[in-house]
Amino acid sequence: MSDTASPPVITIGDDAPPVVLQERRILGVAASTWPKVLMPLFVGLLTLAVWEFLVRRNAIPPYILPGPLLIAQTMVTDWGTLSGSLWITLSISLAALSVAVLLGVSLSVLFAQSKWVELSFFPYAVILQVTPIVAIAPLIIIWVNDVKLSLLICAWIVAFFPILSNTTLGLNSADHNLLNLFQLYKATRFQTLRYLRLPSALPYFLGGLKISGGLSLIGAVVAEFVAGTGGSQSGLAYRILESGYQLRIPRMFAALFMISISGIVIFLCLSMLSHLVLRRWHESALKREN
Amino acid sequence: MTDVDSSAVAAAERPAGQTARPVVRCRGVAKLFSNGTLALQNVDLDIGRHQFVSLLGPSGCGKSTLLRLIAGLGEASAGTIEWPDAQHDAAGAALPRLSFVFQEPTLMPWASAIRNVMLPLTLAGTANEEGRARAAEALRMVGLAAFENAYPRELSGGMKMRVSIARALVTRPEVLLMDEPFAALDEITRFKLNNDLLELWHASNFTVVFVTHSVFESVFLSQRIVTMAARPGRVIADMDVTAPYPRAADYRTSPLYNAHCKRASEALERAMGHAIGAH
Repeated sequence: MSDTASPPVITIGDDAPPVVLQERRILGVAASTWPKVLMPLFVGLLTLAVWEFLVRRNAIPPYILPGPLLIAQTMVTDWGTLSGSLWITLSISLAALSVAVLLGVSLSVLFAQSKWVELSFFPYAVILQVTPIVAIAPLIIIWVNDVKLSLLICAWIVAFFPILSNTTLGLNSADHNLLNLFQLYKATRFQTLRYLRLPSALPYFLGGLKISGGLSLIGAVVAEFVAGTGGSQSGLAYRILESGYQLRIPRMFAALFMISISGIVIFLCLSMLSHLVLRRWHESALKREN
Repeated sequence: MTDVDSSAVAAAERPAGQTARPVVRCRGVAKLFSNGTLALQNVDLDIGRHQFVSLLGPSGCGKSTLLRLIAGLGEASAGTIEWPDAQHDAAGAALPRLSFVFQEPTLMPWASAIRNVMLPLTLAGTANEEGRARAAEALRMVGLAAFENAYPRELSGGMKMRVSIARALVTRPEVLLMDEPFAALDEITRFKLNNDLLELWHASNFTVVFVTHSVFESVFLSQRIVTMAARPGRVIADMDVTAPYPRAADYRTSPLYNAHCKRASEALERAMGHAIGAH
């Protein structure tokens, strides 16, 4: 083309590109996002108000059902103990999630290299997934001397599978014509992985990550219930057990709330990450008029 | 018997501009799919340098299969596909410089237009700077200079196809293989892209093999129309389109164009007749 005197320059006259409209923003957030935030918040506050009202009107004792205000008050007074436990639970969940990402992605890349490897090993990943963690947690706790490490392993087992399974699916879902194109240009296996398979797998991986984020927290909590370790090094699950024995129900609810809120925060963070990564190109992140 | 006819036609009407030494030579090419379908049988086809050849035929006649075999996507079950002037690797396999345009734009949705066009160069290990400059040039040639950083979803159907063509041309191929590239576009866009493709072809040195099921498109674009019939897929006619280039909008309404369309339609009708007869 460049070796000819004047390469033709073609002017577009066929069809116009879709116009991207800039949305109105309020306090830096798109106008249409506000109801999504405010409506659930409103429902939540309403529920708490009704709860508080019912507890007070029926004079339900706090050891049966504490009201939200008492729970909030307990959260403040016991913050020292609870925040330490929160940190331990969170650090176990996040560590388990990180290991799940690392191993899940590496294994699925390995699976994508050869159908035989996938056929041979995938069933064992399924076995790991379908075995109830409550059933194997005691064994792991016996085998592994370090309690924190054993909790980490339990949480990892729970969190690992969605990432492995989704990423494997994603790596195998690359567009067939694009695969042909890579073949045509004599792309190496590594180039095909880097420029085609991994980007194709990204939305699938992020979907798996969102599931695994919640599961890693559940895994950490369940494992701690089974382990039942006491002392200052214990997480929120043990605080719940302990408060149950001592009939300190408000504190039990406070710990429960903290677990739920952690789960929500993890989910929101991962959703945000997913949106930021995919917003320029993936169907799931696009907004449509109709 | 039809094969004898067609090769006789091919010999008698050697298209203008074809050199004695073809850029690609197919001899006795057959393709049997694993499900038992005989997609191609005994196809002989020479394509001359700088020719614009259309493969015309009803669906199922194996025209896309033939194109993919020429591209090296899949192995022929019988026969040979030779590239007399291409480089060959140590194992003796031809390394023709070719590009392929699919029916779908086949762009990477996660990459901007310029990144998509750079892909073949990136895969070939071209330095980033040079790749970017050449990709920008290719995008300029297809009229998309202003859309370098647009993502595929931000482009219209016709523009995506332009990016796909820019990606095919960025490697400066000797042979451009196109598999019904404009079939999914509306007629106005298709006409515009037809004109643009002819301009690009005229200005450069590549050979085009263009698969289509449209008589009108093939007569407008090509110097030579190879008609194929189905069950089994084979060549049944090979005609020249003698109209001179440059061909513009007035060619579409000229008596010459109509005459060629009539001949090509007759060949296509025979192709359908053959398929039914063979069934």
